[in-house]
Amino acid sequence: MADTLLSIRGLTKAYPGVVANDDVSFDIRKGEIHALLGENGAGKSTLVKMIYGLVAPDKGRMELDGAGFAPAKPSEARRSGVAMVFQHFSLFDALDVAENVALGMENPPKPRDLARQIREVSETYGLPLDPGRTVGTLSAGERQRVEIIRCLLQDPRLLIMDEPTSVLTPQEVEILFETLRKLKAEGTSILYISHKLEEIRALCDHATILRLGKKVATCTPSEVSARELAEMMVGASFATPEAREHARGETLLRVESLSLPAPGAFGTPLREIALTVHAGEVLGIGGVAGNGQDELLAALSGERISAPGTVALKGVDVSRQGPEARRDAGLLSGPEERLGHAAAPDMSLIENGILTAARREGLVKSGFINWGRSRQFAEDVIAHFDVRTPGPGTAARALSGGNLQKFVVGREILQKPDVLVLNQPTWGVDAAAAAAIRQAVLDLAADGAAIVVISQDLDELMEISDRFAALNEGRLSPSRPVAELDIEKIGLMMGGAHDMEVAHVDA
Amino acid sequence: MDLTSINPVLLVASIMVSATPILLAALGEMVVEKSGVLNLGVEGMMITGAVVGFAVAINSGSPLLGFAAAALASAVLSLSFGVLTQYLLSNQVATGLGLTLVGLGLSSLIGKPYEGMKATTLPKLDIPMLSDIPVLGRMLFSHDIMVYFSLALVAGVWAFLKYTRAGLILRAVGESHDSAHALGYKVVRVRMLAIFFGGACAGLGGAYLSLVRVPQWTEGMTAGAGWIALAIVVFASWRAGRVLIGAYLFGGVTVLQLNLQAAGADVPVALLSASPYLITILVLVIISARGAHGAPASLGRAFHASH
Repeated sequence: MADTLLSIRGLTKAYPGVVANDDVSFDIRKGEIHALLGENGAGKSTLVKMIYGLVAPDKGRMELDGAGFAPAKPSEARRSGVAMVFQHFSLFDALDVAENVALGMENPPKPRDLARQIREVSETYGLPLDPGRTVGTLSAGERQRVEIIRCLLQDPRLLIMDEPTSVLTPQEVEILFETLRKLKAEGTSILYISHKLEEIRALCDHATILRLGKKVATCTPSEVSARELAEMMVGASFATPEAREHARGETLLRVESLSLPAPGAFGTPLREIALTVHAGEVLGIGGVAGNGQDELLAALSGERISAPGTVALKGVDVSRQGPEARRDAGLLSGPEERLGHAAAPDMSLIENGILTAARREGLVKSGFINWGRSRQFAEDVIAHFDVRTPGPGTAARALSGGNLQKFVVGREILQKPDVLVLNQPTWGVDAAAAAAIRQAVLDLAADGAAIVVISQDLDELMEISDRFAALNEGRLSPSRPVAELDIEKIGLMMGGAHDMEVAHVDA
Repeated sequence: MDLTSINPVLLVASIMVSATPILLAALGEMVVEKSGVLNLGVEGMMITGAVVGFAVAINSGSPLLGFAAAALASAVLSLSFGVLTQYLLSNQVATGLGLTLVGLGLSSLIGKPYEGMKATTLPKLDIPMLSDIPVLGRMLFSHDIMVYFSLALVAGVWAFLKYTRAGLILRAVGESHDSAHALGYKVVRVRMLAIFFGGACAGLGGAYLSLVRVPQWTEGMTAGAGWIALAIVVFASWRAGRVLIGAYLFGGVTVLQLNLQAAGADVPVALLSASPYLITILVLVIISARGAHGAPASLGRAFHASH
């Protein structure tokens, strides 16, 4: 076909023990936005890496514009006009914007010309960026602009975007979409990978859905519902989380004028945070990454202690107490980073269970670990939360992201906390597992716990919270009932579009 | 105490000689660490360079050939560290310490027949015009070629890291090897080249000790110079200019305290002997405490292209 840009035929890639891609075939047309959908582990990343030359396929072939295409390394793919914006940004914190851009280019121009080109492209596409700034000081949205500009400077024919909107405010997402539509109008094809079904329905012309490494369907997303898309991804229907009727009880957690200096060079200070959460209530806290989420969780869990009188649990001041004492008093937490913060990567699930549940579950007696009970506790978590693992003795690192997330959240929920603080409870978790985690959170609230959920997924917060507040540069907005809000209002609460502007290329 | 016995012209001239071995070794190690590799074997590579350089210079009669052989021998030795840590993913700290032990043992084995011998040293290079300047000429412009080479190397390394694309890639690899790999750069190859360069520099530093500074071979003659070079890299915040300051400061205080001891200063000898270490660390701590530390973010982390 003359209007096909990239044609993929029978691509297969196997890793020891798992077939990541099994005979995948589809076409990307010129000037279309093509979505690639699938759960975690469905093989999206592997497929994209083969197109970008990071991984060589075992079988199958690709054709770019009618000619055979088998890049052995990313630089060959870039020369052929394939560019990629990575999910976990491929940026270097200590280098400046221009240096980062130069590293992603085949033949970078002289530094002065490059800075000028960066300014030009950033103005044309509404992505303002100062070439001389150190990348470590940029917000997540700005870092993504660095990646996009790096790609645009090479006039790509195919732009691959891996989960580009997970770190953006709704306004920033709108502006990104505007940029992508301009590119499409100029004839650039875009391969767009995302979990967010509504976005795909709004933006993409076609969608290819992968499940367990196989292509299950290609469809036109605007013609099917988000629910149908989700069910094609998962391969089965699953229940939407539902809140049970329950009464709102007394105040369990009260935070007043909580201020803390930034913990490090790239951290955010907390400024005069105030919040209250009642029994049976879920408080959702939104905001773009890097606005104080990690710092707030650390201040609530007790990792960082604050001035006296700032954090009260059930009416008792716990501001000067560490995590252990707060856990004893009924305040548990689940941090965002699964490996290294919520769980020790090389320790088994049993040992990771002991690390937070030792005292509340009586797993330790006079300094000695009761291994029998510890194993039982880990097995309970695995059974209750459908954690897929060979057994409780498996190292945390060996679990997939979604399964480990179910384990670390489940570990806290099974301890029956009075107050539970979670940061990004379903980050990088597939739709079915996310629904299960959200349901467990709602059930815990219905049983009378007070819950704080910090998340960048606004759909999630709208679905499970009773009240919503936004974090912006370490300040927390007053909370408002979710029923009164829509996405636009939430975006404004989160600090709006952060000086972005809509692309003004005349297409 | 008789301070008049210290000749300032000779003092400055000998400071430059005393600082050069550490400067060379520290500069090499800085490049290695900028690429994200922590090679603790500097001491072992230096002393290997010292003995090989000495042996080759004695047998061939050419000190320059000695330097070349020293650089090559230490670079090859450092490649064993590179293969172990980069391809076989062994622990960098343990392997580096092992490299030091190997170097010390190997050098005393090779060096046994050469003990007590004296090699021809490098000729002083009188730079026309400049060396005729009174006082300054004798201080700065009447040294052997390796002193000038080491200073040129400081400028070269600085410009390489700041202005060239290869230097940018090297810094990127040390900053985030995963990102560099995702962009298609050969992390392991870049690091092997950096390790090779670091080994060659350490070898030159060692050979300068045995061929110019001392100049003869004694077992264990580096006496911790490699460790000082390592410390200077850290306290210099991985910047070539500050490495130069650190090395000259250490060399300077070393020579000065020897002069003070000879002049009979009324300070305990133990304190004088310790003073180069104390003062170098103190000054560099003050320098590095003011600004960002700038350690390469991937320093010492093993890289494996598993995903």
